[in-house]
Parts: sequence; C-alpha cells; structure tokens
Amino acid sequence: MDGMHDLGGKQGFGRIRYALDAQVFHEPWEKRVNALYGFAVKLGIFNMDEYRHAIERMEPRHYLSASYYERALTSLATLCVEKGIVTLAELEKRANGTFPLSMSSAPGRSNIPGRERFKAGDRVRVRSDYVPGHMRMPGYIRGKTGVVVSESPAYPFPDAHAHGVKAEDEPTFDVRFRSEDLWPNSSDAALVHVAVFQSYLERASDSA
Amino acid sequence: MPDQTHSRPTVASVEKRTDAIQAALEERGLKAGEFIEQAEHLVEEKWIPENGARVVAKAWTDPAFKQRLLANGRDAVAELGLTMPPHHRHLVVLENAPKVQNVICCTLCSCTAFTIIGLPPDWYKDLEYRARVVRQSRTVLKEMGLDLPPEVEIRVWDTTADTRYMVLPVRPPHTEGWSEEQLAKIVTKDAMIGVARLQGT
Repeated sequence: MDGMHDLGGKQGFGRIRYALDAQVFHEPWEKRVNALYGFAVKLGIFNMDEYRHAIERMEPRHYLSASYYERALTSLATLCVEKGIVTLAELEKRANGTFPLSMSSAPGRSNIPGRERFKAGDRVRVRSDYVPGHMRMPGYIRGKTGVVVSESPAYPFPDAHAHGVKAEDEPTFDVRFRSEDLWPNSSDAALVHVAVFQSYLERASDSA
Repeated sequence: MPDQTHSRPTVASVEKRTDAIQAALEERGLKAGEFIEQAEHLVEEKWIPENGARVVAKAWTDPAFKQRLLANGRDAVAELGLTMPPHHRHLVVLENAPKVQNVICCTLCSCTAFTIIGLPPDWYKDLEYRARVVRQSRTVLKEMGLDLPPEVEIRVWDTTADTRYMVLPVRPPHTEGWSEEQLAKIVTKDAMIGVARLQGT
C-alpha cells in the first residue's frame, strides 16, 4: 500500500536529531513493548510481515505523531484483537481510556506468475504495481531501472505472508539504482541499493 | 489524536496501554512478564555493538576471515559464536574504502542486524533519517558530522527485505600492530551503520 510509512525520499523533513552514543530506549514501557511483540511472534500469534503491515495500517496522523514504540504497541494490540486473543473493549477497560488501533486490512496477493531469475549485472525494472495490501517495495523505486548486484536466499513473500495468502518463498535481489535516476536533478549523487523481491522485478529492455 | 471539535474519551497513556496488553496476555496464561525479563537480558547483554566490533577487528587482522565474512556474513559471524534470528537469512557486509562510504537505513520501518551491531539508535528510527538519507545522503551525513570529500562515493543500502547489512569501516592507520581486543574497542555502532568514520580514516 502507498501508506504514510513509505518515507524514502519524502521532502520537508528537518535535521536528524543525532547524538553520539544515542539511546535505543527512553522509557521503561518501550522495553516492555519491544519484548512483548517479540513474545507474540515467538508464540506464533503473528509473523513479522503481519506485524509490519499492522504498523503501516495505522491512521496516517496517528502514524506520524506516534513514537517508534507506540507504533509497535499499536501493531501488537491490533493483531491481538484481530486474531481473537483479546477484545478492544477489554483493552480499553484495562487501560481506562481509549486504545487507538490500526485500520483494517485489504486483501494480499500471491507471487507474480512467470518470475524471472536474475544474475549480477542484469538490468532490471521495478514493476509499476499498485497493491492495496502489504508490500516491501518502497515507492521511490516503482518503475525505475537498476542493476542487480547480488541475490539473497529465498524469503516468504511479504505481500502474501502479511495476509495469510499461500505463496512460494522467493529470492530478493540487491538492486543498485543511481539517485539521479530515482530523483532527477533533485538528490545528492549516490548509489542506492534496495533489496527487491523477485515478484517486483522484470528484465529491463536494452534501451532502458 | 487531539480533536478540538468533539469531546471524546481520553486516549490512555502508552504506559497504561502497555500494561493493558501485558495483563491481557498474562491472564490467558501467556507468561509475558517472564519473557520481558529474558528480553531485558538480551537487550542489555547480548544484542550489543561489541559483537559487531569483534567481527570488524577480526576482519582487519585475519584476511582469510575477512574473505569468508564478505562472501557469507551469517556463517562467518557464527564462527565467533554470534547468531542472527531465523528470519534474517543473510548478512551482507559492506566494506568501506578511503573513497567509498556505505551507509545503511530502513526507509519502510527500522530494520537492522540488531543481534550483531546492536539495536538501532533513536535517530535511525526517526522519520527524518528514514525519509532523507536515501535522497540527501551527503547532506545528511554532513549534518551528522561526517563531511565527506566530493571524491568519496556514497552507497546507501535500504533494508527492505530480511537480508541484513553491516558496514566494515576502514582500519585507522595508527592502529598498526594492535591486538584484536584493542581494535574492537575503537569500533562504534555508528561506524557500522555508516554514518561515522573512525578517527584517522
């Protein structure tokens, strides 16, 4: 989905709040949330793709105003409610206030038929796919052309895995793009490498 | 969200919401409290940047190890007793050079090889870093204190799948003859993310 989470290349943000030896956690509850979602994954209540997608499904204003660990908390609670572990009413009673959850999910999809195997050096184009559910293709590479650098082992296909849709595991390819091709005349010169699932890629024509 | 036009019940604080979900799990016989204690130990003592620092120091002093590390990071770090979660199926080690600076990020969420380089620092998870580093890499690095000469090529790695990355920094020349233990002490999390270079490099 083209959600608020898809931040790569978005303009208007200010300086990074950087400090040497920056902290990972600021409040004790953050550590608990971080452990609790790991606990739920370990118990098999949900998988990492479902977890990431439930964060992406947060209402955009909530997403932007929430801290990283509030997003984790919202995803954890949303999935526990959706999976029937607990009801929202119970959570709100216990919390003595409202408990904002994520928006509901749209359908997922399985692998693309006729996926191609690529090798290092191949020129590839990212398909111009628009899907309502989970995907791990950042919007800034949609339709763009790059060069395969290497291949990673097969992983569960996120577009399916986040939705309980049956699919084959598939490899990801590290694809190298030029920032100039991603944002012509509007970026610092760099090579941008993205790990791209096989279903998102097609072979680029020679003229591309 | 605060809403000025309608009166609504108050949103519970994040602490109260965390208490609520934890208590709900406990009541169903799921030992959340115990798991939180175990996780505390992992976060404080196991998933720490000292792991990655040992990997870097070994790569600097043992060329055969470095070769194995660059070929298959996951297997190579296992030689040092370091593990990764099952869903991190690949560790790609990115070697810096005087004229190459690799930097890692995750624009879609905030993924890292956390068992090796430690959990991501706050700024790595902030919207600003996620939005800007892929598009304004040189500007962002400069703002963060790393002012790279124009001849240094920047390579940004966006962690969009479950392959994980770590940067192998350049070894400072003044460390000639140092032991692995001494070398490991100077390697920082930020250098393994790629937003800093080590002194003298």
